[in-house]
Amino acid sequence: MPAQNAGPKRTALYDLHVALGAKMVPFAGYEMPVQYRAGILAEHGHTRTAASLFDVSHMGQVVLRGPERAAALEALVPGDIAGLAPGAMRYTLFTNRDAGILDDLMVTNVGDYLFLVVNAACKEADVAHLVANLDRGTTVERLDDRGLLALQGPGAAGALERLVPGVSRMAFMTAAPFTVDGARVAVTRSGYTGEDGFEISIPGADTVRIAERILALPGVAPAGLGARDSLRLEAGLCLYGHDIDPTTTPVEAGLAWTIGKRRRADGGYPGADVVTRELAHGPKRKRVGILPDGKAPAREGTAITDPAGRAIGTVTSGGFGPTVNGPVAMGYAETDRAAPGTPVALVVRGTPRPARIAALPFVPHRYARPAQQRGNA
Amino acid sequence: MSALRFTKDHEWIRLDGSVATVGISDYAQEQLGDVVFVELPEIGRKVTAGGEAAVVESVKAASEVYAPVDGEVVAVNDKLGDDPALVNRAPTGEGWFMKLALADPKQLDGLMDEAAYLNYIAGLA
Repeated sequence: MPAQNAGPKRTALYDLHVALGAKMVPFAGYEMPVQYRAGILAEHGHTRTAASLFDVSHMGQVVLRGPERAAALEALVPGDIAGLAPGAMRYTLFTNRDAGILDDLMVTNVGDYLFLVVNAACKEADVAHLVANLDRGTTVERLDDRGLLALQGPGAAGALERLVPGVSRMAFMTAAPFTVDGARVAVTRSGYTGEDGFEISIPGADTVRIAERILALPGVAPAGLGARDSLRLEAGLCLYGHDIDPTTTPVEAGLAWTIGKRRRADGGYPGADVVTRELAHGPKRKRVGILPDGKAPAREGTAITDPAGRAIGTVTSGGFGPTVNGPVAMGYAETDRAAPGTPVALVVRGTPRPARIAALPFVPHRYARPAQQRGNA
Repeated sequence: MSALRFTKDHEWIRLDGSVATVGISDYAQEQLGDVVFVELPEIGRKVTAGGEAAVVESVKAASEVYAPVDGEVVAVNDKLGDDPALVNRAPTGEGWFMKLALADPKQLDGLMDEAAYLNYIAGLA
């Protein structure tokens, strides 16, 4: 990585971002590209129709080793880690004893170890949490020197296949090692846009070279964090610190699907009693999609009321959906007001504006074919 | 028509008789990125210099647009409803926001001319 002073950190791709005309902004302690010359709308559209390369090297990459690593991690997350076949990955959550969400993460069973990708803003706390709470001889190793790239869009598989033969045969939510241009990389078929795509973990010294090789592939263009945010919002995916945080539970957040049959039955993770109760009796509030009737976007923090003006919740992510071509929002609403189609109002700049609860995602997911189901996920 | 005058908040104003046209500067639209929504004031509203007069929203965020001088809104640019990207394409032309009947045209003398404004934004980098 480049030399760092006391200011925001830079990823290995910083100079490449600047050369590509990126507008750099502070994000989670890093200087990151919010957009390139094309702009957020064009970068968003390109991701939905072709393929975009995102630098997500600010995210935390962590390796857990030890004979009891899966059982040890299961003490901190509600996901089925023991049931992950080698080469399979899963989305799960760190929870606290109230079932509040400490972070969301991807866990891959690489075979000899578990590979975790966690949010940039949470990575220090996550590693401390793992070190303090993983027992049974499990070790925690941060891979701070590795880059992480995401290639997302319907053109991603066709493009990346030219550089990394074999990737287009990978199933959704699986991982595999490849050698690219002499570098050992770890590829997963996953992402955060609702589109098919890949995330590629790369040794730091090789990250710039491989990013340039990917950008040279036909149909690939760079996209920044601005498009990443509008893409994930349309896809109904949670942004940590906004849509989920220590005050929201997996059931409230609509993430109970991440908790498999065995974990529901046996518990054994922080807050399992709260989750069990909410699964049985329903949560008080639910994460919902919201479609404003007009064109005014409703931003994070906007009050949601019923048509009579009684407060029923708050927007946690909101803005303009370029593919929807209109405003879209997510938030929490009282459970009996959370059904799609329910009329509500959003109080934008002091004025209640009609909207309705909508099913998520706003734009259908177009993931690749999943792997054959194994175990009781 | 007079030359453009600018505020430190990156609005421009151009006087034509006793009515002035107001918009946001090229620098402002460049900083905002793609404009996706503009909320304009109702006709007849009285605005005061430095007071909120409109809202411009990019994909990322909403920003307030302030009245450069005191006046009354006599027209708004309805084209921005269907095509808010006019603000990006032609910030000082077709992407104008509103027209104000001015209370005191001399207030424009207190605003920056284009050379002073370019000098001002050069210092913001």
